[in-house]
Parts: sequence; C-alpha cells; structure tokens
Amino acid sequence: MELDIVDLSRLQFAITALYHFLFVPLTLGLSVLIAIMETVYVMTGRAIWRQMTKFWGTLFGINFVLGVSTGLVMEFQFGMNWSYYSHYVGDIFGAPLAIEGLMAFFLEATFVGLFFFGWDKLSKLGHLIATWCVAIGSNFSALWILIANGWMQNPVGSAFNPETMRMEVTDFFAVLFNPVAQAKFVHTVSAGYVTASVFVLGVSAWYVLKGRHLELAKRSMTVAASFGLAASLSVVVLGDESGYLSTEHQKMKLAAIEGMWETEPAPAAFTAFGFPDQESRETHFAVKIPWVMGLIGTRSLTTEIPGIDELVIHAENRIRNGIAAFNALQDIRAAGSMAAVPQETRDVFELYGNDLGYALLLKRYVDDPRQASVEQIRQAAWDTVPHVPTLFWAFRIMVGLGFFFIALTSVFFYLSARRRLDHHPWLLKLAVFAIPLPWIAAELGWIVAEFGRQPWIIEGVLPTAAAVSNLGATTLLITIAGFVLIYTVLFVVEMALMLRAIRKGPEPDDTPEAALVPKALAAAE
Amino acid sequence: MILHQLLDYETLRVIWWLLLGVLLIGFAMMDGFDLGTGTLLPFVARTDIERRVVINTVGPVWEGNQVWLILGGGAIFAAWPPLYAVSFSGFYLAMFAILFALILRPVGFKYRSKRDSALWRSAWDWALFIGGFVPALVMGVAVGNVLQGVPFRLDSDLRIFYEGTTLFELLNPFGLLCGLLSVSMLVMHGANWLILKTDGTVQARARRFGMIASLLTITLFAIGGVWLAVGIDGYAITSAIVTDGPSNPLAKTVARVEGAWLANYQSHVWMLIAPVLGFLGALGALAFQVWRREVAGILCSAASILGIISTVGLSMFPIILPSNIDPKSSLTVWDASSSHLTLFIMLVVTAIFVPLIVAYTSWVYKVLWGKVDRKAIEDGSGHAY
Repeated sequence: MELDIVDLSRLQFAITALYHFLFVPLTLGLSVLIAIMETVYVMTGRAIWRQMTKFWGTLFGINFVLGVSTGLVMEFQFGMNWSYYSHYVGDIFGAPLAIEGLMAFFLEATFVGLFFFGWDKLSKLGHLIATWCVAIGSNFSALWILIANGWMQNPVGSAFNPETMRMEVTDFFAVLFNPVAQAKFVHTVSAGYVTASVFVLGVSAWYVLKGRHLELAKRSMTVAASFGLAASLSVVVLGDESGYLSTEHQKMKLAAIEGMWETEPAPAAFTAFGFPDQESRETHFAVKIPWVMGLIGTRSLTTEIPGIDELVIHAENRIRNGIAAFNALQDIRAAGSMAAVPQETRDVFELYGNDLGYALLLKRYVDDPRQASVEQIRQAAWDTVPHVPTLFWAFRIMVGLGFFFIALTSVFFYLSARRRLDHHPWLLKLAVFAIPLPWIAAELGWIVAEFGRQPWIIEGVLPTAAAVSNLGATTLLITIAGFVLIYTVLFVVEMALMLRAIRKGPEPDDTPEAALVPKALAAAE
Repeated sequence: MILHQLLDYETLRVIWWLLLGVLLIGFAMMDGFDLGTGTLLPFVARTDIERRVVINTVGPVWEGNQVWLILGGGAIFAAWPPLYAVSFSGFYLAMFAILFALILRPVGFKYRSKRDSALWRSAWDWALFIGGFVPALVMGVAVGNVLQGVPFRLDSDLRIFYEGTTLFELLNPFGLLCGLLSVSMLVMHGANWLILKTDGTVQARARRFGMIASLLTITLFAIGGVWLAVGIDGYAITSAIVTDGPSNPLAKTVARVEGAWLANYQSHVWMLIAPVLGFLGALGALAFQVWRREVAGILCSAASILGIISTVGLSMFPIILPSNIDPKSSLTVWDASSSHLTLFIMLVVTAIFVPLIVAYTSWVYKVLWGKVDRKAIEDGSGHAY
C-alpha cells in the first residue's frame, strides 16, 4: 500500500485548519458582541447588561481556549509538514504571521485574562477597555492571518531570487494592501459576526421558549438580531468573490464555482442548479438565471468572465513560458550569478520569471520540466482546474445559507423592534435549529477558497505537491491519528461543557446594584 | 523601499539573532513559570482547593504568556525561514509531542473546575502536568541535540532531507541531560512563582521543590558544561565568512571541530557572563528561597534562565543549527535569514510593538499583584478557575 505524502499532508492540514476554524468565527464575533453589551452596561449602569456580559463571556471562554489550543498547531505546522513551502515563501508569508503575534494576539490574550479575572480588580471603565482590547485583538488577528492567506491566493509584491532559491519580498505595502486579502478580511470577519449572532439568537430563543432568563434573553436577541443583520448583509454583499478577477487562478476558481466551461458573453448567466461533470467537461441539466453571475463576479454588466476551457489554454501558454524561465534559471545557477550569464538569458528570466511556478506543475510527470512532452504539458494545464462539482455545490450551499441568515436576522430584528420576540414559538424553534448553520457555511467557505486554490499552494508560484516536507507515510499517519483523537475528545468535552453552561444559565446577580433596577421598569420590558 | 539600507544586512542579521534569543528567553521566563507550575501541580497541591489555588496563580496570565511561544514560531518563520523549515520538519515527532501536550493546557485550565467530579478534575490535573512537563523536557532535549548536530542535508534546490530514524534517537544521554536541565530550570522558576503567589502549605511545599530544583539546575548545568567541553565536538565555518551574502547555506563550508563550542569564550572573554549568570541566578534563587525573599527569588530564577539560554546561543554563534551528516548544510547567522528588506520591516514592527507589549503586560501583572485569594475561589464567585 503506497500512501501519497502530499495527500496525507493535505489531509492533516485540512483537518487541523477546519477544526481550528470551528472556534475562530465564534471568538471573532462573540468578542465584539460582548464588548457591545458591556459598553451598554457602562453607559447605562444597569446590572442586567453586566450579567449578560458575564454569561456570554463564560461561553466565549469555553470556545476561546480551544481556538488557542488548535491555533498553536497552525503556527508550527507550516514548518513541520510544509518545509519547502516555508523555505520558499517564508520571507513574505512569515512576516504577517509574526506581526499577528506582535500586534494582535498578544493584545487579545493578555487582556482576556483580565476580562475573566478583573471584574473586582478594575474600575468599570478599566474592565470595559480590557474587553475591547480582546475584541480588537481578535479582529486584528484575523486581518494579519488573511493578509498571509490573501498572498497565497494573489502573490503580489514579491519576486523569485535565484541566489537563494526562494521568493523574496519586493514591495511590502503591496502585500499589505493586497485586494484579495482585504476582500477576504471583510468577508471572514463578517462571517464570524454572523456566527456569533446566530449563536446568541439561538441560545436566547431557547431560553424564551423555556420561559427562562427572559430579561437576559430578549435583550441578547435584540443585540444579536441587529448586529447579525448588518453582518449577514455584509457577508453576502461584500462577498469574497470580489477579489476573484484579480488573478488567473482566481478566475479559474470563479469559473469552477459556476461550472462554466466555455466563456460566455457578458453579463454571464448564473447556473442556479446543475451537475458539473469533470470528465466530460460540461454541466448537465443546468438551470440558468441570466445576468446574475456577471453581476456577482464582476459587479458590472460588461466585463467578460472567462470559462474553464479558455483558462486552461492560458495555463498551457504559461507552462511553456515557465519552461523557458526554468531553463534560464538552470543557466543562471550553473553560471553562479545573474551577472555571469548572457543578457539574452537574463531577458528570458526577466520576461517569464513570473511563470516559473507553472513549470513546476510538470514535476508530477517528469523530473526535468524541459523534457516534458506535449501531452504532459496539456495534462499539467488541465491540472489547474480544481474539482468543479465540489466548488459548485459548496458555493451554492454557502450562498443559500447566507441569504437564510439575512432572512432570519431581519425577521428577529423586526420582531424585536415591535417587542414581539415571544409571539411566534415556531420562529424561536427555527432560531434554535439554525445554530449550527453558520459553521457549515464557514467551513464550506474555507473549502471554496482553499480547496479551490488547488493545485497551487501559492497561486502560480508553487504547486502544493512541491511544498511538502519529506516525511514518512507512517509518521504522518501517527500524527493524523493523534490529532484526530485529541481533537475528537476535546470537541466532545467542549460541546458537553457548552450545553451544560447554557442549561445552567447566567449566574444570579445578587449585588445591590442589580436590586436597584426598579421592578416596574424591569417588568415593562 | 530604500529605507532599509539604513541598516546593513550584517547588522540586521546580528540584531535578529539577538531578537531570536530575546523571544526564546521571553518565552522561557514568561511561559516558563506556567510550565513549571503545571509540572509541580500534582505535587505541591494535594487537596482540590489547593490545586485550584495553584491553577489560579497562572489562570489570568497563561494566555498572554503562551503568545511568547506563538510569536517565537512566527518570528522564526519571518526572520529565519530555513531554521523554521528545517527544525520543525526535522524534529517532527518531537514537535508533535510538544503540541499534543500544549493542546491540553488551555483546555485544562479552563475546563478543570467546570465540573465537580473528582475523576474529571484529577484527569485534568494530570493533563496540566503533562502540558507543563512534556514541553519543558522535549524542548531541552531538542537543544541538546542541536548542540550535537542534527542529521539533515539540503539539496541544490534547498529541499530539506532529515535522515534521523526514530524519535528515540533524540533521547541520547546528552539530549536527556539537557532535557532534565530544562525541566529543573523551569520548575525552579515555577516554584518561585508559586512562592510569590501563594501562602501556607502550598507555599511551603513549593519552597521545598524550589530548593531541590535550584540545586539540580546548578548541578546539571555544570555537568552539561563539562560534557560540552570534553565530550562534544562543535562546528565552525571553514570557508571565508561572508556576512552580507545571499541566504543560501550551501555557499559556505563547515567542519566539525573539537572544542569549537568553547572557542567564543576564548576570543571574547566577556561572553563568560552568560554561564556565570546561569549559575549565580540559580544560586541566588536557592538563597532567597531559604531567606524567604519572594520577589528577589523569582528575579534570580529569571536571571538564571537568561544566563543558561544565552550560554547555548553564544557557544554556537554564528552557527544556529549544525548538520552532522552534511556540515555545509548547517544554518548560520550569515546564511539562514530572511532578505534584507524583510529583516528591516520586521525590526521596525518589533521596535514598535515589543515595548507596547511589555508595557501593557506589566500593567496587567500590577493589577493582578498579590497572593491568590483562597476564599474568593471557595466562594465560587467571579470567573476563577
């Protein structure tokens, strides 16, 4: 039995990343919701808002520690499993990760201790500042991680250095203000806010259904519905695909999402339903809605979206350019430096250097890309097509859920404004059952973005297959089994503690301050 | 970007070598007492309330402390990509053991006291012990193996090939000695933390363990030094040293040289401050444990950590990660860094944020100053663990 190291390494990364991403969205969103609740407490002085802050804070804590635990693995596994990747792009990719620690995670993690332990040690305002530091820290964390990730999708501001055999940064600001990274940041953070809002909405709805903690539950629903409505509009309207026309492979991703094999005249139609077939390269039983794809993908009626077939031809050309660059690179390395080769060779490398990564796609078939046959080049060009049915369906389910969240939060926003939150038990039940849905949408979003990036680990620069560490299959199986084991155990424990804390409800607030709230006022709400 | 030319490549590399030390020492000082406290947990605290007191000494601060490790990983990635790539893929299973143990820690702190069951709590107590002891041990073992050379080589594309066979070959006598030194050093530090933050029985026990750990630190550090001097070959660059060349390890040659790890102390006698500080710090920690000076004690164990880790770095300079099967693949300060521009950008970011981090971390410690309040935990008020 021969197990492929590349597949095993990818499996391990997918498991650890998807698992980590079960906890991150809730941390992102809940930290902000809690900070909002505490702000209301500090501004109004009403104890119920402090009780809400503490209660959602307890749930936040249970979730947060698993995010921290699984984040540790993320920080080190590039070096562990993707050592050639780490060498090849560490000069650029490492920086945002380090800055994330310096600027964001330190802030978040230092103040999260005060959030839990500082209630009696800090003034009201002091504690509120600590809470906001947690929220700001976690959101900035996401920014830097997505700058790193955005660069994998759209590797701007960098160039290959033949002397060090790696990519090196040429323009750091281009890396920072990468449009793909910016789009991803807004989209991902909004998705986190939606997750937390639906979570708070669902848990509160359950309390209302049970007739428990109504004070806390209704106020929480109001906050969650309004915040969630804004966030779910943002997540759909400012979707990630706004960055999808910036590069060749992002276009490929878009075409695969759409199951669009041939280029269509602008504005392209949206295939609402169909069965994309990777083998025969067509989409069966397609139900098309005119114009919609063009609008989603390009925000315009005149920009053309290229189809898969056309993009494969582009890829084939770039592979041929890449072979020329590869050839020049070998001459440069044999000569010792750029200066030692004829101008002609330098020109070729200058011209086609950006396509060097395309030549590496051939490594799957042949050791020396220069020896590749026409058939192998064609094959490698087709390898740039991600798995179309997976992307097609993952995207549709995700978008469908996105629209559902808009509807759900709108309804509760309306009910909350009309003070009718408890009038429709079936809606409350719907909110409870909706709790897991944002997680499904988030994980599918990861699949669209990262599985859709294949066969590249860095688009156009380094194929995933070339990036792995030279580890044994047994070693990888041991660690995969180890991670699955500990993650499964911790997941069960986490869920049990979460449900327990929800069932238990908020700690009764017996401070004099709580008693000061006039009974009549409390009853009125 | 022309600004980065303000500092030449050589200077930036030396600064980043120093910052690598700052991060590792920062981690060992800050997260170190958490690891030491975790290791001591089952032994200094017997009853449930004692254990909760111990856990709550680090409860509000472990999250921030752990970021030193995360930042360490990120900064090595950013400033020393080949080091990040070679060390973590080479020590793959050792890293896995460290991560597995560390995963248990955040959840252990948070989840342990969420249920009343004695079995549940005892299971998490041992998880916290593993989360403290295993990383402390394995990180020390890894350093011990780095000093002996690591079996890796680079091919012409700078692909990394690690040719060690099993995890167990890391557990050689010198590696184990370094592992035990690391554990005693962090237990000494953790004990001083507990002396500072607790009172009564727990404090008395912590003091006893602290004295043993301080003595062990002194002894093991001394044995390690002698062993390094007589039994372990060092590595030295044998080709002309180019300090501002491209980061390609294969451009130089390295040889295994007897006594090379001590050569720096002969040419730069001042470097002896590091090992001296390692000894004096541990000695001071011991003395202040006896004289019951809590703050002075923890400052001394921190100084000892600073001395011991600096000793390793200074002994090896400019080598960072020697290869024992293909010495020219060894990573050095002059050929394993990021590009000039990246080192500069990262230095600017570090210069802005590290002082800020130190400032707000100090403020948080000031807010939390004082012994852990046993009564508050017993009352079950607040968010105590």
